[in-house]
Amino acid sequence: MPNNTVIEELRLEHITKRFPGVLACDDISLSVGKHEVLALVGENGAGKTTLMNIVMGLYQADEGSMFINGEKVSFKSPNDAFAYGIGMVHQQYMLVPNMTVLENIALGMKDSWHFTVDLSSVRKRIEEISDHYGLKVDPDAFVWQLSVGEQQRVELVKTLCLGAKFLILDEPTSALTPQETDELIVLLKNMSRELSIIFISHKLNEVKALSDKVSILRHGRVVFNGRTADYSPSEIAALMTGHEVEIASNNSEKTKGKDVLVIENLVVKSDRGFNALDGFNLTVKEGEIVGLAGVSGNGQRELAEAINGIRKTESGKIIFYGEEIQNLTPNGVIKKGMGYIPEERNTEGIVPSMSIKENIILKDSDGRFSSHHILKNKEIEKYASTLRESYDIRSPHIFVAAGSLSGGNIQKVILAREIDRNPKFLVCVYPIRGLDMGAAEFIHRLLLDLRNKGVGILLISEELEEIMNLSDRIAVIFKGKNQKMMDAKEATTDKLGILMAGVNDED
Amino acid sequence: MDLILNTLTLTIRFSVALMIASMGEMFNQKAGIFNLGCEGIMTMGAFLGLLIPFSYGGAGSVPFGINLLGLLSGAAAGALMGLLFGIIVITFRAPQGIAGIGLQMFGVGLAGTLFRSYIGGSQSITGITAYPIPVLSKIPVVGQILFTHNPIIYICYALVPLAWFIIYKTPWGMKVRAVGTHPRAADSLGINVSRVRYQSLALGGAMAGFAGAFLTLCQAKMFTAEIINGRGFIAVALVYFGQWHPVKIFLGALLFTFAQVLQTQIQIFVPSFQYYEFLTMLPYILVIVVLAFNKESNKLGPAALGKPFNREMRI
Repeated sequence: MPNNTVIEELRLEHITKRFPGVLACDDISLSVGKHEVLALVGENGAGKTTLMNIVMGLYQADEGSMFINGEKVSFKSPNDAFAYGIGMVHQQYMLVPNMTVLENIALGMKDSWHFTVDLSSVRKRIEEISDHYGLKVDPDAFVWQLSVGEQQRVELVKTLCLGAKFLILDEPTSALTPQETDELIVLLKNMSRELSIIFISHKLNEVKALSDKVSILRHGRVVFNGRTADYSPSEIAALMTGHEVEIASNNSEKTKGKDVLVIENLVVKSDRGFNALDGFNLTVKEGEIVGLAGVSGNGQRELAEAINGIRKTESGKIIFYGEEIQNLTPNGVIKKGMGYIPEERNTEGIVPSMSIKENIILKDSDGRFSSHHILKNKEIEKYASTLRESYDIRSPHIFVAAGSLSGGNIQKVILAREIDRNPKFLVCVYPIRGLDMGAAEFIHRLLLDLRNKGVGILLISEELEEIMNLSDRIAVIFKGKNQKMMDAKEATTDKLGILMAGVNDED
Repeated sequence: MDLILNTLTLTIRFSVALMIASMGEMFNQKAGIFNLGCEGIMTMGAFLGLLIPFSYGGAGSVPFGINLLGLLSGAAAGALMGLLFGIIVITFRAPQGIAGIGLQMFGVGLAGTLFRSYIGGSQSITGITAYPIPVLSKIPVVGQILFTHNPIIYICYALVPLAWFIIYKTPWGMKVRAVGTHPRAADSLGINVSRVRYQSLALGGAMAGFAGAFLTLCQAKMFTAEIINGRGFIAVALVYFGQWHPVKIFLGALLFTFAQVLQTQIQIFVPSFQYYEFLTMLPYILVIVVLAFNKESNKLGPAALGKPFNREMRI
């Protein structure tokens, strides 16, 4: 029966899914018709991905059912979904890095599995799909050699090779440059003439550009269903967060403070041994936010780690309030007054198994919170409780393991610790990555307040909107070099996007 | 001359057990499971390798079929122990390192106990004897080195290209590589990660068990609980040494055995040479050097090695 079935309508009714302690999907119903594009919008943790994993048969729903063309179906494995021509591109790409593109696609094409794998039939199929949709891929390249944008194309080709007529895309643009994003949107727009698409996103301009219908999820429930054309992005944003969203932005006058962080010709090696920073220059003044834009993997991580003493530098200088701090120990850098919001909040920012209160005093356990090497528990609890209030950390109390909190609350724990120590400077790496709009807004306000108190901030981010809203000046990093430094007022998405892709008109 | 000739001949003969066991361990690790219990499985295999032929004919010579049955029963026991390990580390997601040490002690202990209660003190068997291939074995030098062994050895050497073929050319091998590197990706394509991992543990276990039985039947012709003498652990190390590639693992097994054999042969032929232990140490040092300086292997190895897979665990 499947295989040739054309999906006229896919309908979900009353889907409920529980994880230990979390109600991920709560009585969700929605439907998608033939050649329709449904945008599934919602904050992080709203249950979008879980819902799609249920459609694919990766998770089993606890309650509710799924109907295809009015007939009830239940999928036990992705194979069942493939049989109906449903395919999904996951947010984290599902490609095996030490296999070639060809093998990765063969892994899903079970009709190529005979005594040996019939790779030539797979190659032919890839060519057909590539030509038909204008998706170029190199079948013989290993996946680890590909850029993020190329990997995404491979994912799309893979899904189409498996016969998908109904595509599910989980935040397909989250790792792409603005240009790549635009190309993808055009591509998907064309594909939607032949295919049905469910498109998960929280970028509202993409939702507007691509979708026919929009469903908004909040805390596992559908709070809104409607036709995209009838609503403005800000109306959708309000429905998504449950309140009017005021985007924090930096409108205050530019400071003329002195240079507090000066980076000169910095060379730092990556883990893989090449120069991740290759003669990098940057200055940040007092009371100023400098946004560093760039596609991740161009040296951002190495820069943040070098400033904070976590990574050795090869050559060049990092001058902090007139003193060279390159190759100090992390503790040495902290003592100079540096604050750090690391990229990996779960593994670098906190010790997940330790409580909120312990994480909050982690940098001062030898100082004000102990005497004779014994922790002053009362004082710690009092301090942590105050911070929990003032930073709006949502948790039952301060004794819960920090790792059990949501991403936004973990980030607030880290910010509380770093900001309340009154740093002289803050290095902030992807501070709102993966956070919902409410938490992001709160964090942005904290950063702006800190700036207004005269603290310099280096804001490393790949979200151009964030960078343009918060920064006084903007730099673009590409292959370990500072492409260009400009005033935030001169910056546009296009301009930054071109620089991020490595094109510099001054060359 | 005799020193070299003997060393090479014995290298070919003695590297088989190590080679088969590490080839089996390679299948485990390719699928993402790190089986430190190899030593225990080999010991059980060695015991079973003795059990059937000895029960049938004692120390005397027994039909080839009975010996073959001994080898196969070793493989079967190994497969079962592999599956047992699978229950522990796949279904119950126990930490693989500790579970492996447990399996090793279990295998050695069980084999020793069974041996004492069913057979008793050390007994020797005739086992499988060498069979020089008529014309080929008469070729000078090469003939002795390559063609004077028992028939099982040739089959074992054929396993190297076969393992390569299975891993890189068949659908099953492709699944094994996928579940060992990115189990989530395999899962999203409808591949049953646990099933593939169980299958490779059964295969890897069977090969380790076979290697153990080979040791009693073709090499030692007797059994003690210490017969494996660390070969199981060397097999695990060889997989790293050979960077999960069958041909490199095969060369590693030859190199290791060569050093071992050379050391014993030097004691026989050149009794005046005092420092033969250093020769035995060389391959171990080589493993450390290779592992320490080879960063490429991160890219090629099974990245999910040692990590239990849980589909509903959210990162």
